[in-house]
Amino acid sequence: MPYELVVCIKQVPDPRFISRIRINPETKTIIREGVPAVINPLDKHALEEALRIREQHGGRVTVVSMGPLQAEDACKEALAMGADRAVLITDRRLAGSDTLATALALSKAIRRIGGFDLVLCGAETVDGSTGQVPPQLAEFLGVPHVTRVFSLALKGREAEAKAALEYGYRRVLLRLPAVVSVIREINEPRIPSVSGILRAHQIPVEKWTIEDIGLSEDEAGIKGSPTIVSDVYEIEVRRKREVFQGPPEEAARWLFERIVSVLGG
Amino acid sequence: MELWVYAEQRRGKLVSASLELLGLARGIADKARWALSSVLLGHNVEVLCKELIAHGADRVYLVEHPLLELYQCEPYSRILAKLASEAKPEAILFPHTAVGSDLAPRVAAKLRTGLSAHVVNIELDERRLLRQIVPGFGGSIMAVVLCPERRPQMATIMPGVARKPKPDWSRRGEVIRVEEEVSEEELRARTLELVEEPPEEKPLEEADIVVAGGWGLRSREGFRIVEELAEALSAAVGGTRPALDEGWIKPHQMIGHSGKTIRPKLYIAIGISGEMHHTVGILDSGVIVAVNNDPSAPIFEVCDYGVVGDAFEVIPRLTSMLRELRGAQLKQEP
Ligand SMILES: Cc1cc2nc3c(=O)[nH]c(=O)nc-3n(C[C@H](O)[C@H](O)[C@H](O)COP(=O)(O)OP(=O)(O)OC[C@H]3O[C@@H](n4cnc5c(N)ncnc54)[C@H](O)[C@@H]3O)c2cc1C
Ligand SMILES: Nc1ncnc2c1ncn2[C@@H]1O[C@H](COP(=O)(O)O)[C@@H](O)[C@H]1O
Repeated sequence: MPYELVVCIKQVPDPRFISRIRINPETKTIIREGVPAVINPLDKHALEEALRIREQHGGRVTVVSMGPLQAEDACKEALAMGADRAVLITDRRLAGSDTLATALALSKAIRRIGGFDLVLCGAETVDGSTGQVPPQLAEFLGVPHVTRVFSLALKGREAEAKAALEYGYRRVLLRLPAVVSVIREINEPRIPSVSGILRAHQIPVEKWTIEDIGLSEDEAGIKGSPTIVSDVYEIEVRRKREVFQGPPEEAARWLFERIVSVLGG
Repeated sequence: MELWVYAEQRRGKLVSASLELLGLARGIADKARWALSSVLLGHNVEVLCKELIAHGADRVYLVEHPLLELYQCEPYSRILAKLASEAKPEAILFPHTAVGSDLAPRVAAKLRTGLSAHVVNIELDERRLLRQIVPGFGGSIMAVVLCPERRPQMATIMPGVARKPKPDWSRRGEVIRVEEEVSEEELRARTLELVEEPPEEKPLEEADIVVAGGWGLRSREGFRIVEELAEALSAAVGGTRPALDEGWIKPHQMIGHSGKTIRPKLYIAIGISGEMHHTVGILDSGVIVAVNNDPSAPIFEVCDYGVVGDAFEVIPRLTSMLRELRGAQLKQEP
């Protein structure tokens, strides 16, 4: 049977350059300059899984993203990978949303898209990395969820998922519609093909405001967020930082003495 | 006023992260003059109440039902939200385990309250608000998160950031049994089974010495110098994401942002660059030692003792010195 699939993707700073991110000590704002933006890595795995389900069972894949206008690039990339439709919720009043406000906005957008069988998310983002959005989204949509899924098999109106635990996994039987969040072990995301990139140019990214999704100003952004970030700071490391450089015998001896004194003392 | 800790149990045993959390929560509760309560869901788990009380709980809310034997997100979250809206705790803390992080957001959404994740420390401010310290951007930046208005304040706390308190079996506490109906219908995301293989060796987070290796070891063969050094020191073995990807270590041995947070007395990093994603997991270690052949590797910024050199030349020599020392010590103690 064909499935209506929705994938939530977020645009984030490229994790490979994440250590370049600094804080402006006066304004306490995050400086992302020079850090390119990409689709959150795990969200690509979520999209890949949706594309595979569509290939196997038929159906339609819609990506939804909430973010600034630049996040259109992420939507375009998702279309190039093979998504059928892309929606970007973009509105200044959403700035400062915490996970609860984000999940609420996403849930309203997903309702507007129409019916769905499965919503796929990444298990966490590299910037906020809370992993909270998928369960909260499921709650607002009134459907069950499973997080940290690394294996998913759909059979009619049910899905069997394996969800990672610290040492092993949990086998879960899901009744659809549902929300799942996935980890990297689930699949290997495809690289967009040339024809995919060309096709993506033909599909416009739909841009929705909070009015379009029926979210009130009180539910959006800082107003709709129960948590606030009251301070941010860079980690200070207070370490001895004694560094030895020399022939290996001497280096080993130098380390040996220090290790013995740590263990002995 | 109450502070709640979610008591996670698997197969009728409390997960150690929940007990650690009681230690952290006890400190907060004492400062704020709140009672500390634990919420325990399961089947035939009444015996665990004593253990929770011994580790610091003043009160345990106990909910038992055969369908609650395994973690079932929907009834678990419904019952927790219901209890919380009746008892109105000031805050609820969950361990940031696979289960805790699946459950807590659902409860927070039901209660329409704030939740912070991956919390590495909690302080109480003068208004008795919880200042929740959360690493962001792979750990290089810390944010202080507050939930000023809505209640309860909620957080999932990284395992390993607090030490398990010593149990005091003479402590007394109250057990409040709560009856709840649960139906099969409610299990829309039904946990069928747990397939778990806890490792036999001592967990990384309990080891006094951890020796870890990274991509610099180049191969499974190369990684052996890490294991040999660990053996000479009776240390646990850990590694980085690339070491896991290459199959040199198992998932539970990965240290860092998406792995373990550890705080051994001595941590030795071999062939590890020291990316924030990794170092966020070792910041509380006693002494950090690093061996890396690149003098500009960021690991040298966060270590106490560093050697710029080829691990394959330095480490085997160090290992044999430690073995000799151990041999000599053994001879001295007939
Ligand atoms: C969202 C996210 C989460 C992540 N979570 C984690 C996590 O939890 N844990 C984690 O570890 N990583 C994590 N990573 C990956 C992390 O960013 C780094 O890529 C990783 O820690 C680097 O591992 P490494 O130091 O082994 O490898 P590299 O960065 O490749 O470093 C290898 C080092 O070995 C040195 N070297 C090479 N040859 C020798 C030699 N002969 N002798 C001595 N030194 C040598 C090199 O100079 C280099 O510094 C995460 C990444 C992302 C995006
Ligand atoms: N702004 C957003 N737009 C679309 N999806 C999001 C957004 N924020 C979070 N998500 C989804 O929720 C997952 C977990 O995010 P988080 O809870 O922020 O770690 C991500 O991997 C996405 O799939």
